[in-house]
Amino acid sequence: MTESRIRYAVLAALLLALAAVPYVSGKFFVYLTMRVMLLGIFAVGFNLLLGQTGLLSFGHGAFYAAGAYGLGLFGAYVTPNPLLGVAVGIAAAAVVALLVGYLCVRHTEIYFAMLTLACGMMVFSFVWNARSITGGDDGFIGIMRAPVTLFGGLRLPIGKDSQFYYFVLAFFVLAVWVAHRIRISPFGLVLSGIRENARRTEYAGIPVRKYRLSVFVVSGAFAGLAGALEALLESNARPFMAHWTHSAEPVLVSLLGGLSSLFGPIVGGAFFIAMREIIQRYTENWMLGFGVVLLVVIMAFRGGIMGAVENLFGRRSAGAGR
Amino acid sequence: MMQSVVHTVLAGLSAGMFIWLVASGLTLIFGVLGVLNFAHGSFYMLGAYMCYTVLRYVGPDFWVALLIAPLSVCIIGYVVERWFLRYVYHLALPYQLLLTFAFVLIFDNLAKMVWGAGSVTPPDLSTLNGTVSILGRNFPVYNLFIIGVGPLVAAGLWLFLERTWYGRIIRAASSDREMAASIGVSVPALFTAVFVFGTWLGALGGGLAVPYVGLVTTGMGETIIIEAFIVAVIGGLGSLKGAFLGALVLGVLTAFGTRFFPAFDMFLTFILMAGVLLVRPQGLFGTAR
Repeated sequence: MTESRIRYAVLAALLLALAAVPYVSGKFFVYLTMRVMLLGIFAVGFNLLLGQTGLLSFGHGAFYAAGAYGLGLFGAYVTPNPLLGVAVGIAAAAVVALLVGYLCVRHTEIYFAMLTLACGMMVFSFVWNARSITGGDDGFIGIMRAPVTLFGGLRLPIGKDSQFYYFVLAFFVLAVWVAHRIRISPFGLVLSGIRENARRTEYAGIPVRKYRLSVFVVSGAFAGLAGALEALLESNARPFMAHWTHSAEPVLVSLLGGLSSLFGPIVGGAFFIAMREIIQRYTENWMLGFGVVLLVVIMAFRGGIMGAVENLFGRRSAGAGR
Repeated sequence: MMQSVVHTVLAGLSAGMFIWLVASGLTLIFGVLGVLNFAHGSFYMLGAYMCYTVLRYVGPDFWVALLIAPLSVCIIGYVVERWFLRYVYHLALPYQLLLTFAFVLIFDNLAKMVWGAGSVTPPDLSTLNGTVSILGRNFPVYNLFIIGVGPLVAAGLWLFLERTWYGRIIRAASSDREMAASIGVSVPALFTAVFVFGTWLGALGGGLAVPYVGLVTTGMGETIIIEAFIVAVIGGLGSLKGAFLGALVLGVLTAFGTRFFPAFDMFLTFILMAGVLLVRPQGLFGTAR
């Protein structure tokens, strides 16, 4: 078998394993797997910006919240159709990302990080204060999971978690596939060029700022998708989604998993959620435990989990070659 | 109307001074070390908690507490720089930011464990409760004192950086690390000193905030660090002058927003920031890059 065939076989096996989760495990594990997939969508999109383009945003929670509130408001005032709701959530996130991005992409590095942070917190305070629209600090509650209607007639209920799981899984696979296509597209190649040397890319006649803005909006749309799905999962949207500590989550899991690969952020997300569950089982002070783990990762394992795995295999194969 | 406007300006100025105290340390550390310290808000919070602790268990004299508390937080700042931050200066930006973010998580949680998740109220500080009549309405003397402290710190920093030998060395190291090292400056020790001094400024702000706010919470650091970030962006990163003016403008604007347009107070800040950045992307006093 060639390498690409092995890769397809592994992917198919992983997909089957994911599809089998509701059949073989308890409710809680199904729920946790959904949380991993949501964080995975969030982080895979985010990594198009950080890993691919080299821009560190600390404001992506705002787009996550835009997705969640977009779906919630659309469901409450127009129609509870979940597919349309998700589309509206993604569109809302993209619009907010376009506004924020327009202000921020003229900067890079630390200036970009702080600007996105400040803009994200503005969205947070808007959501927090605009009580009549968003429900303020109570959150936007009572979001329903209406059945999905496909091809005009086929109605699929997603009310139960075991049914909703496949709704999330479908979007997860779609999101990862889209991110993969973007990474290997000419557009993705330009983004890598911008990361490696923005000035040279500019000299090659490429409008760097437009590309930065485009990928910012794309990654914002991914965040919006994750937010809309979480709103459906939890039946609410909370202002905390836009808070900067939430914006830090994709940064964390991307670094935990490894920036340079497509699946790094997903592995990081799974690790993050598993660790949070384990720490919370023993102590209330999970922030402390997590902070310490983060310190250790930054001080000692900078390639992330994927980097560590690659190192391990790299060393092995190098040893075998000798 | 006149009375209302003057009082709003005064309230805004005193709020702005706290932002300035945090932003000054943040800016100084960024200017010299090149690291943006998320944990700076935690130093502010720890300064307030330490001040509360000294007042509670050592003695009710606020000025003694204000002397001891920031110095004790400096020890924490020393540990952070000497044993952690020092090893990430050469790393990419996300690692530096996340390292300081890890300290935010750790300090916030430790504060919750030591002082409880709710707020704590300091013992009676009624000696500081005097008021003075301005245009026929009472204004707290302590807030006037705060309005005086801010410019004093600014002047002190300016004199120190521009007029002393140490200040010259700090400026030299911030403009060219390698050159400073090659003429015999111990750059690592200097960085530690600047970081600890920045920590002291943040913790001093926290200590001063205790009588002003009247209660100490774990969330107070997170709120002010965001404001300090906004100020640093508006003023131009690394510019102390910009941070000072930015803090005053932000404080006054927020006070007017809260007073006259309560629903949009944060929006005014946003409009200010967006406006400044559209006209001068590098901030008011930032150098064009």
